[in-house]
Amino acid sequence: MGAKLMLARRIIPCLDVKDGKVVKGVQFRNHEIVGDIVPLAEQYAQAGADELVFYDITASSDARVVDKSWVSRIAEVINIPFCVAGGIKSVEDAGKVLEMGADKVSINSPALADPSLITKLHDQFGQQCVVIGIDSYFDQSSNTYQVKQFTGDEKRTLTTGWQTADWVKEVQQHGAGEIVLNCMNQDGVRQGYDIAQLAAIRACCQVPLIASGGAGTMEHFKAVFEQSDVDGALAASVFHKGIIAIPELKQYLRDQGIPIRD
Amino acid sequence: MELVIVDTGCANIASVRFAIERLGSPVRVSDDPEVIKNADKVILPGVGSAPAAMQKIEAKGLIPLVRTLTQPTLGICLGMQLMTRQSEEGHVACLGMIASEVKRMQVGSLRLPHMGWNTITPNPNSPLFDGIAEGSYFYFVHSFAVSVGDYTLATCEYGMPFSASIGQDNFMGVQFHPERSGEAGSRLLSNFISRC
Repeated sequence: MGAKLMLARRIIPCLDVKDGKVVKGVQFRNHEIVGDIVPLAEQYAQAGADELVFYDITASSDARVVDKSWVSRIAEVINIPFCVAGGIKSVEDAGKVLEMGADKVSINSPALADPSLITKLHDQFGQQCVVIGIDSYFDQSSNTYQVKQFTGDEKRTLTTGWQTADWVKEVQQHGAGEIVLNCMNQDGVRQGYDIAQLAAIRACCQVPLIASGGAGTMEHFKAVFEQSDVDGALAASVFHKGIIAIPELKQYLRDQGIPIRD
Repeated sequence: MELVIVDTGCANIASVRFAIERLGSPVRVSDDPEVIKNADKVILPGVGSAPAAMQKIEAKGLIPLVRTLTQPTLGICLGMQLMTRQSEEGHVACLGMIASEVKRMQVGSLRLPHMGWNTITPNPNSPLFDGIAEGSYFYFVHSFAVSVGDYTLATCEYGMPFSASIGQDNFMGVQFHPERSGEAGSRLLSNFISRC
């Protein structure tokens, strides 16, 4: 009973969306189509996912208006929370996505371009809607974690002047309600979450923190919850490719004493 | 039966409407006082901040109407908080149908917002929680809460015990989001429609 009286750790499949289809690439490249959005969303909700994230990966880097009608189609069929990321550059963009039924919006590159956007979203929709996605890259030569911008398009990807921990503190001051930290060196290679980086960021993050990048085995989820104290763990390819089944993962974590929704 | 969601201008209206429609019940979204007044049941949704939501309801001229509704009325999340007398969020006077008040959560070293799935302990006599077991998980997103008191219908714990649900007379509210709480949430909405 003791373990039950706790906020559950969240298992969050991430569906990268490009032109209305779910895709997955390795380290942000070479995207291949995984399937249609709505049936995949439904399937994950039924399998016990605690939340879903949809990243429209083309949007921020293409500077075009992207059709988001799929948001409403997802909201119609699933009964768990979901977040939409990609291409949300203004309060108006966010409002449209939230009106279509998304529970949260995640902002990445546009927040780097104009951090006051975070505050505006916070004031208009409430802190709980405002997720900040951060693409963090470990640069071996300087031994620092750097924040990258426009990662949806390799040709446009920039290294910002921000070190990751500083940007995490900054976005909280502007009113971020949750942070998704994507550890780029780990993305898509399934060698485990970046425990050390996530634990360091945890120490300066007072809002919910979601780990992203690197999940390959069920033990990786256990490690990131136990050692980095993150609120949720996001993963894509292990779920899309059927390497890990969500019901088994959740049972395994419960057996390990980690609070997980049944 | 006519079920109406009050169009508060808040963002989660679509999700609430879809959740009701998934149960097979027709539902209208309206800010027309006549439509709301004549409904058999009313849902008051809400996300965002208490002062902004009160302003929107006031701007639509709906405050006196909502206060005097006599049919079963369910507040969701901020909608529940607005049913109390006042909220510490922006120190705003609320609608006052339930004699409680909303305060910022004091959770020690835990993170706020309280965001995610947590278990509840319902009052076994509440029809709203019929068939919903102690320990059922619901989805919460909030930083303010009503403490446990005379009008509590279900409790939850996050650094402190608080009301997961409150009710007085025909007014009831839930702090969590039933529209985003999987099967348990569907059951709660279905209970509101058929048992309350």
